Amino acid sequence: MQALFYITAIIALAAAARVVTGVNAVHALLHLIVTLLAVALLFFMLGAPFAAALEIIIYAGAIMVLMVFVIMMLNQGDAAVENERLWLSGRLWWGPAALAAILLAETSYLVLAGGGSGVEPRPVDGPAVGRALYGPYLLAVELASILLMAALVGAFHLSRKLRGRGRTQP
Amino acid sequence: MAGALIGIPLLPLLGSALLLLAGKRLGERGSAAVGVGSVLLAALLTAWVIAGFVAGGEPYTVTLGQWFSVAGLTVTPGLHFDGLAAVMTGVITGVGLLIHWYSAAYMAGEEGYSRYFGYLNLFVAAMLVLVLADNFLLLYLGWEGVGLCSYLLIGFWYREPANGYAARKAFVVTRVGDVALAVALFMLVGQFGTLHIETVVDRAWQQTPGTHWLALLLLIGAVGKSAQLPLQTWLPDAMAGPTPVSALIHAATMVTAGVYLIARSHELFLMAPPVMDLVALVGGLTLFLAACSALVQTDLKRILAYSTISQIGYMFFALGTGAFSAAVFHLMTHAFFKALLFLAAGQVILSLHHEQDIRRMGGLARPMPFSLACFAIGGAALAALPLTAGFYSKDAILMNGYALAGGTPAWFLALAGALVTALYSARMVLRVFFGEAVTRPDPDRRPALVVPLAVLSVLSLAGALIPRPLGDFFADLGRGGVPETVHIAVLAMPWLGLAMGLGFWRYGGAVRDRWQDSALAAWWRRGWGFDTAYQWLLIRPFIGLARANRDDIADGLTAAVTASGRAANAGLSALQNGRIRWYAAFIAAGAILTIALVGR
Amino acid sequence: MTDQALMALPVSHGLIFAAALFCVGLAGVLIRRNVIFMLMSLELMLNGAAFAFVLAGAVHGNADGQVMFVLILTLAAAEIAVALALVVHLFHWRRSLDMDALDEVRD
Repeated sequence: MQALFYITAIIALAAAARVVTGVNAVHALLHLIVTLLAVALLFFMLGAPFAAALEIIIYAGAIMVLMVFVIMMLNQGDAAVENERLWLSGRLWWGPAALAAILLAETSYLVLAGGGSGVEPRPVDGPAVGRALYGPYLLAVELASILLMAALVGAFHLSRKLRGRGRTQP
Repeated sequence: MAGALIGIPLLPLLGSALLLLAGKRLGERGSAAVGVGSVLLAALLTAWVIAGFVAGGEPYTVTLGQWFSVAGLTVTPGLHFDGLAAVMTGVITGVGLLIHWYSAAYMAGEEGYSRYFGYLNLFVAAMLVLVLADNFLLLYLGWEGVGLCSYLLIGFWYREPANGYAARKAFVVTRVGDVALAVALFMLVGQFGTLHIETVVDRAWQQTPGTHWLALLLLIGAVGKSAQLPLQTWLPDAMAGPTPVSALIHAATMVTAGVYLIARSHELFLMAPPVMDLVALVGGLTLFLAACSALVQTDLKRILAYSTISQIGYMFFALGTGAFSAAVFHLMTHAFFKALLFLAAGQVILSLHHEQDIRRMGGLARPMPFSLACFAIGGAALAALPLTAGFYSKDAILMNGYALAGGTPAWFLALAGALVTALYSARMVLRVFFGEAVTRPDPDRRPALVVPLAVLSVLSLAGALIPRPLGDFFADLGRGGVPETVHIAVLAMPWLGLAMGLGFWRYGGAVRDRWQDSALAAWWRRGWGFDTAYQWLLIRPFIGLARANRDDIADGLTAAVTASGRAANAGLSALQNGRIRWYAAFIAAGAILTIALVGR
Repeated sequence: MTDQALMALPVSHGLIFAAALFCVGLAGVLIRRNVIFMLMSLELMLNGAAFAFVLAGAVHGNADGQVMFVLILTLAAAEIAVALALVVHLFHWRRSLDMDALDEVRD
C-alpha cells in the first residue's frame, strides 16, 4: 500500500508541475483536475473518505467547472497559447523556482529533522467530522458561511457592474 | 569740573547723533555748524578742564555708574583725567577741531556731507572715550568705536568698490589686534578680577606669572591699531578715504591709540622686559621698513601713509626703550606736523583736481607758495630739522633710547630711519613743488582751508613749547650718559638725508631713474611684499578652505541622514511596483527567512 | 473501511509531499503572468496546506484536520468565485489577463 501512496503522490506532483508549466489553459485545468483527484485518493488512503468526497465534488467538480466557464468565456484561442509561451521565457524561471526550492528544502529538512516515525493513520469518518463541525467548530462554520455569503455578494456585484459597463462600452 | 569732563566726549557724541539722525534736514551749512561746533565746544571744554588740572595738579575720576555686575566682575566705568589724558584729549580735540574746520570746506558739495560729519564726530567721541576711560572695558568700547568709524570713513565713497575693499581690509586686519586685546581683557579679569586700569596697574607691581603674556597680547592689540609690523598693511590702503580723514584718523589720532594703550599700561610692560625689547624691535623694524617704502611711493598720500607708519614706529621704539614721555611727546608733535602735511596734501590734491600721483606734479612752488610753505614746515618737522617740533621729539626719542637701552639694533635702525625720513621728505617736497610744471593747478584758497593749515604750521614749528602736564606719570628710569659722538650722529642724520635728497635731485637724474625702475624699489613700493605674503600665506589658503567648505562639511552629516532616508524611500518605492507576483515573491522570501530563523 | 486499507507510512514523507505541492504552487504563482494560471497555482497551494491538515488529523485520529479542510474548501470556493468575477472584469477592461499590466496598485 505504501507504493500506492508514493505513486499517487508522484502523479499529483507531476500533474501539478504540468499545471504550472503548461501553456494551454484548458490542458492545465485538466492537469489540475488530475492533481485534485490524486489528492482525493490520498485522502481516502489516509482514512478520510469524507474529505476525499468533498475534494472530488466541490474542488474537482464545482470549482473547476467555474474555471472552465471562465476560460471558455474569455476564449483566447491559439494567440493566447503563443502569448503564454512568450511569457514563460527561460530567465523568469530562475528566481521563483529557486525561492520555491529553498522553501521546500527548508520544510523538508525541518520535517525530517523532527524524526517522523511511521505512524499508523487512524481513519476518521464523516459523522465524526460532522459532529466536530457542528460542535466545537460551530463558530468557524458560521464565519465560513458569512465568508461564502460575502463572496456571493461580491461576485454578483462585480458581474453587475460589468453588465453596466458592457452597455456603455461595447 | 566733573560735568565738564563728561561733556568732552558727550558733545561730539550728541553732534554725531544729531547729524546721523537728522542730517538731511540740516543741510550743508547746518551739518558743518553742528559738526564743527560740537568739536569746538569740546575743545573749549577740554582747554578749561586742562587749565583746571594744571592748576589743581591732581588726577581725578568721574564715575559714570555701574555698567554691569556678573559672576564677581563688577564694571563701574568712569572717566579718568590725568597728565596723559590731558595730552591726548588736547591733541584730539585741538587737531580734531582744525581738521573739522578744514573738512567743512574740503568736503563742500560732496554727497553725504552730513554723514561725513556724523562719522567724524562719532570718531572724536569714541577716541575721547578711549583716552578718558578709567576702565579697560570702556577703553575697549572706544577702541572698537574708532575702528568702526575708521571703517566707515575709509569706505566713505562707497560707490567705488576699491574703497569698500580698503575699508574691509582695515577692519579685518585691525581685528586681529582687537582679538588679542579682547583676550588680554579676559586674562585681566582672570588674574586681577577687575578691569579698572589703575587697580590693574597698581597690582602689576606684584609680578604675577601671566604678566608677560598679558603684555604681549596688549602689544599685539596696539600693533594692530597702530599699523605696526606685522599688521601694518592696512594703513596705506586706508588712504582711500577722504584726505581730512587720513589726517585725523590715520595719522594724528586713531593710529596712535596703540601708543596710548602701551603708555597707559606701561607699568605692566615694565614687568615684562622681554616684551619691552620686542616693542622696541617692532618699532625699529617698522620705522625703517616703512621709511624705505615711503621713499619709493608715487602716490602722495601713500608717501604720507608710510611715513605715518614709520613715525609711529618711532613712538613704539621709544616705548620699548622706556622713554615713555618721549613717545607721548612725539605723538603730539607728529599729530601736528602729519595733520599739517595731510591737509596741505589735500589742498594740493584739490587744486589739481584729485590728482595724487607725484609724477604728474611738479613746479607747484610758483602757483601755490602757501602750500609749499606748509609742506616745507611739515617736511622739516618730519625730517626733524632743528627748531621744528619734530626735532625736539625725535631727538628726545633717539637720545633717551640710547641712554636707556644703549646701541641696540633697533636704535641703529631708528638712526638710519632718521636719514631715510629726511631723504623722502626732501624727495616729496622737491618732486611736488620744483622742477618742471606738469599740470596747471587751480589753487584753492578758501579761508577754511587756509586757516587750519596756518595754525598747524605754527604748531609744527613751535609745538615743542607746549607744556605737557605729564608730571611724574611716567616713572623716570635711570639713564646712562650719552656719548658726544652719538649726539652728533643724531643731529647730523637729518642734514645728511636732506643733503642726499638735494644731491640726487640736482645731479643724480640717471641714478634716480635707474633706481626707481629697479626691482628693489618695486619691492619696497609694494610695502616689502607683506601684502603678497599674506595673500599667499593666509588669504588664499583661507579662501581655498572656504571654497572646499562651500557646501558646509558639517552639514554633510545632517545631509547624510536625509540622503539615507531618501535612498531608503527610493528603494522602498522601487519595491512597491504594483506587481502582485513581486509582492508574493517577497512574502515567500519572508517565509523562507522566518522558517530559517525559527527552525534553527 | 478496514485497517488493511490503511498503511503505515512515514508521516514525514506525507508532509514533504504537502510541502512539495505547496512549493510547486508557489512557483507557479511567482512565475505565471496569466491570472488564470496564477489562480490554478493558488489552488495547488491550498491543496498542499489542506493535505497537511488532513494528514495531521489522520495521524492524531481526530476530526480537526478534516474540519480545517472543510474550512479551506470554503475559503477556496469563496476566493475562486470573487477572483473569477474579477478576472472576467479585468479582461473586459484590459483585453488582457496579464497581472503585470495591473500595476495601478502602486499609486
